[in-house]
Amino acid sequence: MDKLDNDTVAALERRAFDLRADNLTAITAAASGHPGGTLSAMDILQTLFFVEMRHRPAEPHWPDRDRFVLSKGHAVPALYTVLAHAGYFSRDLLPTLRRLGSPLQGHPANFLMPGIEASTGSLGQGFSVAIGMALAAKLDNRDSRVYTMIGDGESQEGQIWEAAMSAPKYKLDNLVVILDHNKGQIDGFVKDVMSLDPIADKWRAFNWHVISIDGHDYRQIAAALAEAKATKGKPTFILAETIKGKGVSFMEGKVGWHGVAPTAAELETAVRELRAAKAKHEGVAS
Amino acid sequence: MSAPVKQDASGAVASRDAFGEALVHLGETHPELVVLEADLSESTRSKKFAKKFPERFFQMGIAEANMISVAAGLSLAGKVPFCCSFACFITGRFDQIRMSACYSASNVRLVGSHAGVGIGEDGYSQMGLEDIALMRTLPTMAVIQPADDLETAGAVAYLMGHKGPAFLRTTRQKLKRVNAEGYKYEFGKGVTLVDGKDLTIVASGGTVGPAVDAAAALAKDGISTRVINIHTIKPIDVALLAKAAKETKRILTVEDHQITGGLGGAVCEALAEVEPVRIRRHGVLDVFGESGTPEGLYEHFKLDAAGITGVARDFVRGA
Repeated sequence: MDKLDNDTVAALERRAFDLRADNLTAITAAASGHPGGTLSAMDILQTLFFVEMRHRPAEPHWPDRDRFVLSKGHAVPALYTVLAHAGYFSRDLLPTLRRLGSPLQGHPANFLMPGIEASTGSLGQGFSVAIGMALAAKLDNRDSRVYTMIGDGESQEGQIWEAAMSAPKYKLDNLVVILDHNKGQIDGFVKDVMSLDPIADKWRAFNWHVISIDGHDYRQIAAALAEAKATKGKPTFILAETIKGKGVSFMEGKVGWHGVAPTAAELETAVRELRAAKAKHEGVAS
Repeated sequence: MSAPVKQDASGAVASRDAFGEALVHLGETHPELVVLEADLSESTRSKKFAKKFPERFFQMGIAEANMISVAAGLSLAGKVPFCCSFACFITGRFDQIRMSACYSASNVRLVGSHAGVGIGEDGYSQMGLEDIALMRTLPTMAVIQPADDLETAGAVAYLMGHKGPAFLRTTRQKLKRVNAEGYKYEFGKGVTLVDGKDLTIVASGGTVGPAVDAAAALAKDGISTRVINIHTIKPIDVALLAKAAKETKRILTVEDHQITGGLGGAVCEALAEVEPVRIRRHGVLDVFGESGTPEGLYEHFKLDAAGITGVARDFVRGA
């Protein structure tokens, strides 16, 4: 879809409040997890699964599907939430996150959950796995596309650059890497821990088609994904500027929310804020 | 086989050569077979496949971590990928093997050539000496080390259908044939090559041939020696080992690998629980390898027939 119409954008915006609330509810129930990086990734994930990707939730192993690999595996509660809303499994499962016996592992385990394409959580690897899937699609002459999301902290891994070197060699124009550039990692701001700047220049130098967007603007996300699809002969890198903790005022931009679950009281505050924002949005939209 | 494998005058073949041939052979009938390489295609012998099936060969450069995870992606999309490098380099990317190959439930095949001190002159940095130990610790990982060309061909063919990740360890040096023509590779089954009642030598890969020769020398000394070839180190053939332990009372493991965590470790773990007997682990004795000729190193580390014979004799006589 090239340009999103107003109704589609409104629907995405409305659903985003529920996704964020469900995501935080699951993390709070688990009493551990990574809220900041789930909220920064959520709008991109929603756009992929609700707008961009060709997939069948009732037939998760459909061979001609587009695939998504979450390389920044610690953001998996956001992916579980999107998958549940997309119909891969019941939303009732979400609060079992991280519980003994639950298929919703703290980091993705592909053999336990439909819709999870690869087991990730040791950073730097999912991107390479996505390259393998894109190569396989090319070999089989399938027009399936492969998407992967990496983190900015994750980009400090050497394997990211091994992978970045290899995809252009094979002209993988069916591959899109999205960087959730939320600027924070466990030990602090990325710029302080180990700066990646200049990010876009690095990827251009590695022969990628590079697009910079606001990772919370659905129109920009969809337009970038459409541009990637229209780009032939090289893979696309989308530098998505995002806000860690996006959508919850007391979490936004706070590195401290990287790997700490909200308390029950904090969750209540967050959910109240998201519900109020949704009601306000519906008032505006109607 | 499409082309004759390089043999020396005695008919010995390096298992890396047999592997390279098997790939080309299987490539004809298995379109799902793909090969990934990290700049060592001449040495690992993946080059023949690359020439024959260039569209299914991926030269990934000197970037083994990426290669292994890419292979996992190919596998998750229906391919059977063989990743080739030296055993020490490929298993050195343990995290990628653990997460991308094993925990992602892939069918990645890791092929580590240049097993052990048998590589010779290049020295320790290029010798796979801890690779079996590393791979054995991983859930779902199979570990296979063939002892001759027939076994290599059989193992590679088997791996086209095996479910789950696997590590195949091949040698640079030529291995004399220990199995008979028409040999059928059976995953997980040890092979009794020589029968005996006083001692069992358990060997794998490059040490199987010398172990068979050692058994002949020991027989002349009046020590009746059984030789078991363990080509599948994980899962290991516990029943065959337990039977040998019960019948011969002594087990000597011989491997071109550290004695910690490899064949010796696997045999000790298996027998300690079901048939504890005296076991001596022989191999690289918790030291680094070094440069030298392959033959000189086998002599130095007592992995040739004479060395194994001496170690076995001392063991039986209580030294």
